[in-house]
Amino acid sequence: MVAFRPNSVGKAIKRREDPRLIRGLGTYTDDVKLPGMTYAAFVRSDFPAGAIHSIDTTAAADHPGVVAVYTYADMDGQVGPSPVGAEMPGMGKADHPLLADGRVLHVGQPVAVVVAETPYAARDAASLVEVDIEPREAVVDVEAAMAPDAPKVYEELDSNICIQVPIPNPEADKLFEQADQTLSMRLLNQRVAPFPMEGRAICAHWEEGPGKLTIWTSNQAPHFVKQQVAMCLRIPEIRIRAIAPEVGGGFGAKIPTYPEDPLLCWVSRELRRPVKWSETRTENLLGMTHGRGHVEKIEVAFQNDGRVLALKGQTISELGAWRSFYGPFIALSTHTMSCGCYDIKAVAWETFAVYTNTMATEAYRGAGRPEAAYIIERVMDEVAAATGLDPVAVRRRNFVDKDAFPHTTASGAVYDSGDYDKTLDRMIELVGYDDAREAQRQARDDGRLVGIGVAAFTEVCGIGPSGGTAPHQRMGTWESATVRVEPSGNVTVYTGVSPHGQGQETAFAQMVSDAFGVGLDDVVVVHGDTDQVQHGVGTFGSRGIAVGGAALHMALTKVHAKATRIAAHHLDAPVDQIDYEDGEFTVKGSDRKLTFRQVAEMAHLWNVAVPGEEPGLEAVARFEPPGTTFPFGAHLCQVEVDPESGQIEIQRYVAVDDFGVVINPMLADGQRIGGVVQGIGQAMWEEVQYDEGGQLLSGTLMDYAVPRAKHFPRMVLDNTVTPTDVNPLGAKGIGELGTIGSTPCVVNAIVDALRPLGITNIDMPAKPERVWQAIQAAGAAQ
Amino acid sequence: MPGSVPVSITVNGSKHECAVEPRTLLVHFLREELDLTGVHIGCESTLCGACTVHLNGRAVKSCTLLAVQADGQEVTTIEGLAADANNLHPLQLGFWEKHGLQCGYCTPGMIMAAKQLLDDNPNPTEDEIREAIDGNICRCTGYQQIVDAIQHAAEVAGAV
Repeated sequence: MVAFRPNSVGKAIKRREDPRLIRGLGTYTDDVKLPGMTYAAFVRSDFPAGAIHSIDTTAAADHPGVVAVYTYADMDGQVGPSPVGAEMPGMGKADHPLLADGRVLHVGQPVAVVVAETPYAARDAASLVEVDIEPREAVVDVEAAMAPDAPKVYEELDSNICIQVPIPNPEADKLFEQADQTLSMRLLNQRVAPFPMEGRAICAHWEEGPGKLTIWTSNQAPHFVKQQVAMCLRIPEIRIRAIAPEVGGGFGAKIPTYPEDPLLCWVSRELRRPVKWSETRTENLLGMTHGRGHVEKIEVAFQNDGRVLALKGQTISELGAWRSFYGPFIALSTHTMSCGCYDIKAVAWETFAVYTNTMATEAYRGAGRPEAAYIIERVMDEVAAATGLDPVAVRRRNFVDKDAFPHTTASGAVYDSGDYDKTLDRMIELVGYDDAREAQRQARDDGRLVGIGVAAFTEVCGIGPSGGTAPHQRMGTWESATVRVEPSGNVTVYTGVSPHGQGQETAFAQMVSDAFGVGLDDVVVVHGDTDQVQHGVGTFGSRGIAVGGAALHMALTKVHAKATRIAAHHLDAPVDQIDYEDGEFTVKGSDRKLTFRQVAEMAHLWNVAVPGEEPGLEAVARFEPPGTTFPFGAHLCQVEVDPESGQIEIQRYVAVDDFGVVINPMLADGQRIGGVVQGIGQAMWEEVQYDEGGQLLSGTLMDYAVPRAKHFPRMVLDNTVTPTDVNPLGAKGIGELGTIGSTPCVVNAIVDALRPLGITNIDMPAKPERVWQAIQAAGAAQ
Repeated sequence: MPGSVPVSITVNGSKHECAVEPRTLLVHFLREELDLTGVHIGCESTLCGACTVHLNGRAVKSCTLLAVQADGQEVTTIEGLAADANNLHPLQLGFWEKHGLQCGYCTPGMIMAAKQLLDDNPNPTEDEIREAIDGNICRCTGYQQIVDAIQHAAEVAGAV
């Protein structure tokens, strides 16, 4: 492996994406304009469960400007079912149609699609479609849905339980008997909305002449879209081009190919015209997959010195009304990550994923790991309270030792590398922890409710290897990169990751610049287009650098090796006599040299071709991660609760994280701060709410609280560097880490503030109303 | 188009005379009629700020204004902020320099909202900046680097 000299890597280089975006010149899906464009609007179910008796589309079809109206009856047998569902043996499953097929399963489910010459006409006509639905009893609460006599989402299945995975452990039972103390908690990880600023948007264009379908879609994984649309429309994938152009945020909810994707492709093929749709924000809150939605019960066996011996847990995950891309798998990863940074001897767990008459849940910034981190970090604080120890001391007592890596946890995860004390030490130093605790004591003496919360967490990023991952989804966990050097020496990178804000156009250009000694302006990074990028997987699971960057490193190494052979030939020296530095190949001990650009030109010119070498200078590489990276961090939050109103002020937030080697620290800071704020959003404000009957209550920004700028103080960030050896860069993932750390950190701070009142838990979101009620109840109890 | 009404709106210095349906939202007029797709739609309810433009020099949310309400008036969008890549507005430079954007979807509206702030208050404090962009949601950045970007812009503008 070539060690490229880091002139650019490691530096805070300004983003190469930004010049177009700051001028409003980016092209998002809804910005695509094609001749003959039509516009779609969906008719969606107003009922969470029921039988469709009739759909009258007459008035809609007659409305001026309407091109077509389609229901399930029009497409039955030609397209679908929705290919998005995760599968595993023994699960309770049913096909999910692209449009409701005689029954509706959740509010917001598409029932009909209206296509018109203008967006306004489409929406007008959609309101004229008469859908006669006989409602039936919906099941909304996930625990109620598990009861044997609960109404069933799918009448044809035995129950609402999609998967039930018990992992008993006799060792855990034994440790519970031996432990000095035990405690148990019921923790809620409420359903939240991913809420990317750009909702879903699709533009589908079937060209009858070449028999070619192009779909622009606001998505994180266009190669999945290509495969899944092919399966759904039953046409070869080689006739499909999927483009994720500029994408306005994803956060996991744009991993899946939604029913609307293949449906609009089919509509375009039916009409022989392009069709475009952008969801409204209410449609987004109704019909984009939600995140989290876990109920967890945890029992903990621990010693009086704070040592945690064993866990017994139960995860109940709300799947919603259908299986999304990862749905049931997300629930399972909570068990996998249940040990956090701690050397816990035994874990027993049982996981349920359960259907309800609500929108499907899917990956959301963390996807199962935030739930795990939330559990174990809340547990550590309650163990501290039970033993009278400081929360920091309890964490240190349980850390996996830095010399014990790779470390296999009691739940089966194999941690690559870690040094948890180092990160915690740095956080303690930055904060001045003892002084902060002393100030808290003084504030408490003055009757103020000041709390300090800590979270020391790890998570899993850049998952691999591929073996055993969902073959029906035609996916692996590898990533691809092509490096194409032009005769000029300028370089195009084609990457299979599909960044939507993460900044790989910049980070990858930095890597190329270092490898070949070319300028950042001499590199273009192409992504998000399946006709340009030969194959790829996508951007999710914090894999952009750890997997996509590793693939690029492989391709750069291949190109470099060939360039060295060409240089050696022309310099009339053996390859092992060629030195390389900063874009120059030099014969050892001489001044004979060729620049990278000269070699690039030679590689393309027939009259200087090297015997045995193909012309050109290009390489394709696929990186298959041999293992998974586990970044980690230590966060601290200080809050003050107003006892009169329950209002919480975040006074301080300090995050020290370790994500291995850093390509661009400015981009890393952006990922971290954004992640922390998103996690705090869940802790304090965000909640998707359905009423008991299954109607969505949080369908607009008036009802769904997204964090805003004035909610936060300036955050303090630092990082330590513990490289990984599972990829050649030594880099771990970073996209989800802030979210995973901040949620438990803030809740721990809030509970710490309230603990003098006898309060030991606050369920998220810690809205003022909920906090005020807890304070009142505690007062009444005393 | 039946029922359409004439409007004359000056956008980014150019006068546009068109016929629009009376219910046409200003944001749709800008995006669909004038191809100014830097104006984004995020909530259709004035709450997210992605559609922020200036109307007669004041920041407004174009998703809840009708095009006819802008008749005879002057609109500035993100596309009108810089003549070309070599003449970026200090706010554009600030957002670039300080990593004030990730996915970029909120950015045009965020910059137009920040422009109103700096027009009114050339040297805002951090608290004033956070208050001023409270009507604009960013889901990616966590806002801190947006604050840095606006502070940077204030410094650049002050130095000119």
